[in-house]
Amino acid sequence: MFSSLSRNSVNICRCSESFIESSGERLLHLTLSLNCNLTVNGTHEYCIIRNIIHCVRSNHIHLYFQVFYTDCSGKVTSNPLLDQLPSYQSLLYRRKSSAAGTKRRNSSRMRLGSSGSGKWASSTISRQEEKMAQRPIRELAKTMAEKRRDKTQRLEEACDLSSWRQWRQSTHMYLRKLKVESQELLLSLQLWRGDIHLIEGMFGTGILSYFFFLRFLVMLNLIIFLLMFGFVMLPIIIVPYVSGNTTYNLNNGSPCSVYPSSARRGLVIFHEYITDLLSGGGFLEQTYLFYGYYKVDKIQFAHITYNLPLAYLLTTLAYLLLSLIWIVKRSATGFKRNLVQDEDRFQSFCNKIFAGWDFCITNENAARLKRNSLLYELRTDLEEERIKQKIADRTRKERCRIYLIRLILNLFVVGVLAGCFYSIYKATIFSQDAQMNNVKENFVLDLIIEYLPSIVITLANFITPLLFSIIINYEDYSPAFEIRFTLMRCVFMRLTSIVILLFSLWSQITKCEVDPCVCGYNHLLYSCWETRIGQEMYKLTIFDSIIIAAVTIFVEFPRKLLVKYCECGLTKWWGQQEFAIPQNVLEIVYGQTICWIGTFYCPLLPAICTIKYFVIFYIKKVSLINNCRPATRPFRASSSNFFFLGVLLIGLALACLPVAVSVAQMNSSQACGPFVNYTKSWEVLPTTVSQLPSGVQTLLIALSSEAFAVSFFVFTCLAMFYVIALAGAHKKVINQLREQLVMEGRDKHFLIQKLCQAQSLSANKSSVSKSHSSRMSPSYHTSFSSNFNEGLFLAHPHPSSSTHV
Amino acid sequence: MGNKQTIFTDEQLDAYQVRLLHGRYHELAPHLVPMDYTNDPDCKLPLALIVNMPELKENPFRNRIVEAFSEDGAGNLSFNEFVDMFSVLSEMAPRELKAIYAFKIYDFNVDNYLCKEDLEKTLNKLTKEELTPEEVELVCEKTIEEADLDGDNKLSFTDFENMISRAPDFLSTFHIRI
Repeated sequence: MFSSLSRNSVNICRCSESFIESSGERLLHLTLSLNCNLTVNGTHEYCIIRNIIHCVRSNHIHLYFQVFYTDCSGKVTSNPLLDQLPSYQSLLYRRKSSAAGTKRRNSSRMRLGSSGSGKWASSTISRQEEKMAQRPIRELAKTMAEKRRDKTQRLEEACDLSSWRQWRQSTHMYLRKLKVESQELLLSLQLWRGDIHLIEGMFGTGILSYFFFLRFLVMLNLIIFLLMFGFVMLPIIIVPYVSGNTTYNLNNGSPCSVYPSSARRGLVIFHEYITDLLSGGGFLEQTYLFYGYYKVDKIQFAHITYNLPLAYLLTTLAYLLLSLIWIVKRSATGFKRNLVQDEDRFQSFCNKIFAGWDFCITNENAARLKRNSLLYELRTDLEEERIKQKIADRTRKERCRIYLIRLILNLFVVGVLAGCFYSIYKATIFSQDAQMNNVKENFVLDLIIEYLPSIVITLANFITPLLFSIIINYEDYSPAFEIRFTLMRCVFMRLTSIVILLFSLWSQITKCEVDPCVCGYNHLLYSCWETRIGQEMYKLTIFDSIIIAAVTIFVEFPRKLLVKYCECGLTKWWGQQEFAIPQNVLEIVYGQTICWIGTFYCPLLPAICTIKYFVIFYIKKVSLINNCRPATRPFRASSSNFFFLGVLLIGLALACLPVAVSVAQMNSSQACGPFVNYTKSWEVLPTTVSQLPSGVQTLLIALSSEAFAVSFFVFTCLAMFYVIALAGAHKKVINQLREQLVMEGRDKHFLIQKLCQAQSLSANKSSVSKSHSSRMSPSYHTSFSSNFNEGLFLAHPHPSSSTHV
Repeated sequence: MGNKQTIFTDEQLDAYQVRLLHGRYHELAPHLVPMDYTNDPDCKLPLALIVNMPELKENPFRNRIVEAFSEDGAGNLSFNEFVDMFSVLSEMAPRELKAIYAFKIYDFNVDNYLCKEDLEKTLNKLTKEELTPEEVELVCEKTIEEADLDGDNKLSFTDFENMISRAPDFLSTFHIRI
């Protein structure tokens, strides 16, 4: 029954046993203070056993040891009273919802309670326990034997309860078990679980978050595709099987609705098929792939009329809204965590030391690199502290100089960006003109001209990050801000280049020889302009995937081979490939933005993107495992999740813009697509609303009126101000509580010191009077419970007396 | 070490996982570990065998981890303690339990406080002593400054728990897959 820690403790047990025998079955509190020599790790330290508490209660003997080490001078370095405080006990088992006692209190009740005034403490504790729902035994921190005892005790108690309570308890347990099992099942069903496991083991949690992000995008694209398929394509496909009736958009003879067929006639050379496949023209143009094919107006099923243009528009809005909600939901946890960490990087050193080492790492290389990255991080932090100091010490002259430099460099960056955007614009116009001329010279040249905008965008996105990382060195910011600022610039560059491409396309589309265009767009060159835009988006996607695959195969693998087998200085300087997380994330966010914009014009694009990201996962994984070493600049898992989703949100916002403009502002093409009967795509909605019953109609009109919008806006502003005020108040309260905590700690110490002094005085008095009765050994004191009210006691060690028991 | 606090996920733990763990325990010392536990044999594996497991081999705190879960404080683990260790370090263990054991692991001199020497040892193990002594000193000072709430220049369990609840990476890094 007793756990013997060492020879010494066995002797202690024997002493106390005799005490129990002599005092019968009364609750006793014994204080034994012993000095014993223990050899620990080769050094001699004085170990003082201060509290040995016996509880004798119907043959159960619980023995608790608390062993505290002191330094050689015999001074006690920690205070046993503090460990008996209720706040410490509750900290050990604190859960989020409840702060009351637990099963442990059950046994500590026996410790504290004596026949005297301790009774009130034990009764309140037992009442609290009965009120609180019982925690599962597995989450209590107790010894195995105790847990088994607890379980049998609970089972006994359960039998004693009424059948209603029994049933309730058993359903609770069953539901909890079901929940745990279903969670495990869901976890095991996740895509790529094994691969991610492997990556985590080799590279840690920073790179892992990139692959989680990739997986999230695969799911998102799949859902978007299912939406489009279900509401737009499926009705058209099942028409012949369900004997429905489709009303097509008629050619009403106006010049706007002429749509020359682009199908190739006659002998077709094989490479033209490849051109068509890669550019989305030719045989691909009049397929489900592009907007132009959906010329259906209404589908008549057995009982309902399916309004396809309305479905098309609403599905577009739906997928944008769904993406927004899903991303915001996913980033909510990351955002909350980021807010909790204060602005001034609250606990950076503690986090690195205590939560910095990734326990999952099993690979020697990965361990070495993790160590290096931690080293780097710590040194960076120390450096940051030094720089903060330096910034605070800057003179006015230096500050002016630095601001001037920053201004010049920012202007330079703006100039570079403007230059890139202009070149994209020019390339797009050149490409469009060359395609319109239809002079087929050379297969490869034609392809290059088709892909010219994509090539220019990719080149710009390759050069500008290098440029930005060079420029930032001269701007003299703190290292953390440098990283973030460069990243922001790259994000801006990448995402705005797509928008520029689209606007340059639009400028082409709405530019006619006779100034106000007859149909609202250039119907001679662009009889179906949505399909053209869809083709450009399609080309961008294809090119993006080709580039990612090509860079991996033709740059990363040879680099690894070079570095491995060729030992010249150049390869050493170049070094092995680093998996740069920010750049990779930007790549896939770029692809996703294209997908969001392009789905309106090319409904099958989400499916293509799903497959693309699926393949990219495996490409990146293989490249990572074979070619890469982890980044020397560490990327924390917590903030990275928020960063990825933040950039994705920016991409979504930038994607909504072109779609909104084209739906609301541009005249929809009259020759193809579902919106032939309407001037602008948006007009479907008002037309449909006017056909609804009048009650619903007035309601919808009221909802979209200015009065409602203004009052809604005012209400939202008020809510926002309230929430901001609340947040400010919470912050103040937190600061006050923090200060209070510090004060409480000091109060505790002060009180305990006073208590110690008081007890030492009384103990001295009582030991003088009772020195006859306790003849075991001159060096320890025994105090019986009758002298103490609550069993809180302290025994002072005597540094001078060292008795070997 | 006294005050043994163990968590063992009781009979609720999947029998399959226990068998898996027992397989791993057995293969560490096939001649020592019995296959039959019905008679509750008292078999403990020494520290040296356990820290050579692939999951622990690269961990700078492997010795302390094993010592924290052993009853005798010297790192000799029985099978119960072995299962305890991997269950606390698994994904499913609650944060509070992980915090308790993390505190024990980082407390090198086992005085229930993380004093400066403990922090220095932790840091040196983490970086394999590649920081200069001044840097180590500075980092330890800053750490205590950040986390110490009651102003006694060392971290008690309260301070540690408070700090670790604000460390977002703790749950994802303080876990071993087996």
